[in-house]
Amino acid sequence: MTDSFDPPYPNYDILRKWDSPSYNQITRDVLTERLTAVPQRQFLDEQEWRLLQAICDQLVPQPERTDPVPITPFIDAALTENRTNGTRFAGIPAMREAWRKGLAAIRAEAMAQHDTDFVSLDAHRQEALLHRINDGDAEPAHWDGMPAQRFFRSVLLKEVLAIYYAHPAAQSEIGFGGPAAPRGYVRMGADRMDPWEAPADRRNR
Amino acid sequence: MPLVEHLSPRAIAGRAPDVFRHGGWVPMREYGDDEEVDFTIVGTGAGGGTLAAKLAEAGFSVVALDAGPFWRPLEDFASDERHQDKLYWLDERISEGNDPIELGGNNSGRSVGGSTVHYQMVALRFRPEWFRSRTTLGYGHDWPVDWRRMWECYAEVEDALKISGPLTYPWGPKRGRYPYREHELNASAEVLARGCEELGVDWSACPTATVSARRGLSPHCVYRGFCKIGCATNAKQSTLNTFIPRALAAGAEIRDLSMVTRVETGADGRATGVVYQRDGQVRRQRARHVVVAGYSIETPRLLLNSASPKHPDGLANSSGLVGRALMVHTNHAVWGRFQEEIRWYKGPPSLAVCEHWNYADDEKDFFGGYAYMSQGPLPTDFAKTLAESEGIFGTELRRRMADYNHMAGLKIVGETMPQERNRVELADETDRYGVPLARVTYSMCENDRQLADHSLEFMRNALSAAGGQELFQSGGTAHLMGGCRMGFSREDSVVDGDGRSWDVGNLWICDGSLFPTGGGVNPSMTIMALAVHIADRIKTLAGQDAL
Repeated sequence: MTDSFDPPYPNYDILRKWDSPSYNQITRDVLTERLTAVPQRQFLDEQEWRLLQAICDQLVPQPERTDPVPITPFIDAALTENRTNGTRFAGIPAMREAWRKGLAAIRAEAMAQHDTDFVSLDAHRQEALLHRINDGDAEPAHWDGMPAQRFFRSVLLKEVLAIYYAHPAAQSEIGFGGPAAPRGYVRMGADRMDPWEAPADRRNR
Repeated sequence: MPLVEHLSPRAIAGRAPDVFRHGGWVPMREYGDDEEVDFTIVGTGAGGGTLAAKLAEAGFSVVALDAGPFWRPLEDFASDERHQDKLYWLDERISEGNDPIELGGNNSGRSVGGSTVHYQMVALRFRPEWFRSRTTLGYGHDWPVDWRRMWECYAEVEDALKISGPLTYPWGPKRGRYPYREHELNASAEVLARGCEELGVDWSACPTATVSARRGLSPHCVYRGFCKIGCATNAKQSTLNTFIPRALAAGAEIRDLSMVTRVETGADGRATGVVYQRDGQVRRQRARHVVVAGYSIETPRLLLNSASPKHPDGLANSSGLVGRALMVHTNHAVWGRFQEEIRWYKGPPSLAVCEHWNYADDEKDFFGGYAYMSQGPLPTDFAKTLAESEGIFGTELRRRMADYNHMAGLKIVGETMPQERNRVELADETDRYGVPLARVTYSMCENDRQLADHSLEFMRNALSAAGGQELFQSGGTAHLMGGCRMGFSREDSVVDGDGRSWDVGNLWICDGSLFPTGGGVNPSMTIMALAVHIADRIKTLAGQDAL
């Protein structure tokens, strides 16, 4: 495990093609809203919101960014609208209740292990605590019958990743082509790229 | 992205969206709810949409209802995974069993055009022997349809969708050439080809439902790679831009955002029509025949929710098989890093296929087969796979994701055995329409695991031989099949070989829930071929006055 993230495409930004044929109108509309209308807290209470932010900082740390990709606000917005994802696994309650219960359980895990709130723990302890849940070593007593690993992977982590990698900054950092309609791509072979794609991975240059 | 409950129907006032034009409309014939139409069809995906076109073209009056919206791809589809969640069935379903299935975006569409709006366009035929799996291969059930008949239907569907495919296909009996030429391979597909060459098995350019040259109002595929979340150019040939426009032109009415909650039956036990909700109103459509085409979860759910004094255990369920023998495909994969940049986001995700293990009976010790294809997951899709299979998050996940452009993968569509314990039932809890939620139970059997293990070992060797490093593997499932299987008698099945209920003579099923076995290929072409077959049979029966 490394502590820092070393970007392979440091100067690439998919937003630079905004005015090109790679972006159709609806894509521009969707991204404009995502970038400019970051939702305000509505569903979670202040304590839950701070806890979730601390968790998101561990799930996708962005220490190098002055303007980190916002994640908590979009989770809260989905919960406000009562959005579901089509699957409720056995033992996991309805979406809103599942998040409330999961956050309470992580708070309880922190209290039981360290006698303090998760938010107050140092980053190393926060990460270790989340790894235990991810690895299936949560304390069932705190989870009130909800399968902890299942919640962590299938509800929490999945949603966090879906939000992070839907953001242009995250897509730029991995060299993804980004929006591509109506214009797609011409050069399909290995190490071949169109001028509107990320230049070659600097590690290969 | 918009929530389905906030959308308003578009197919109203004598017109329906023109899928090929910004803001465009095409004229649509409309029927009154009290007008008894020949056929009302529940669902407009690979099964229902295809059937609607075929029946309307044969002169029947048709009203097809879909719970989902009627999209215009050119203006409605963004290059954005999160926004495009709007294509999926996101209402909650309860998923249980030893290996609970992920539903929603994994396998369930909710749009006019159904799951074909987001399918990966892999257009494969069943192996002929699979239609007699029990007799010739020793597992599962035989199908009540002959493979030669199905092959005629496949040919019709492949022409209707102008499948782009190779001049010769390495496996199975000789077939005619595909209507459009095959697509060029992307780097991801070349990896699959290289692995097969090294291991000495055949591979092929994948027959694909996106056009390699202009077709009418569909431009040639521009290899944008967002196929799985909706094609924004109309190059993809889905039910939405093929059979649905045909159905409308032939006089069918398509009602979008219409959730059917019950099939109604009369005192004699025959179907009289459906109850549905549209735009906040509860309505009824009368019909001489009702066709249920809601796929493997919604079809059994609707039938079970349509119980009546004559049908106490649910409609068409005297066999007790409604909802039973639900199948998926195992979707195991091996992923590896390549020194060169693959950039698998370009082109349709699965441009190359290996069906070797669907045909090589003598070299394996399990029932069923699998195909594997090259892969091209979009960023959030791949991030989830990485997190789930490697158990990582945090900086390590970001670092691994930084290799996104160097990755390639091989993933199976693996046949699972039909087991009656795998099923769809009604839960106690109800949804916003007042219909009980579906409870879906799924557990793999030993044979399913053996097949998956075999595939993982083979694909590891193939990916490694192609130059892949730092290999890792993932599990999961794709597709749904079964739940209302077709068969030979009222004891062994829900419907006969024409899709007609054994119990209710004017009730039909036309979707993937009919499958007695799953096969080792993506199901959409077989669902469409069944729809063609059922439409032809209905025409024949009508001609004999036997409807």
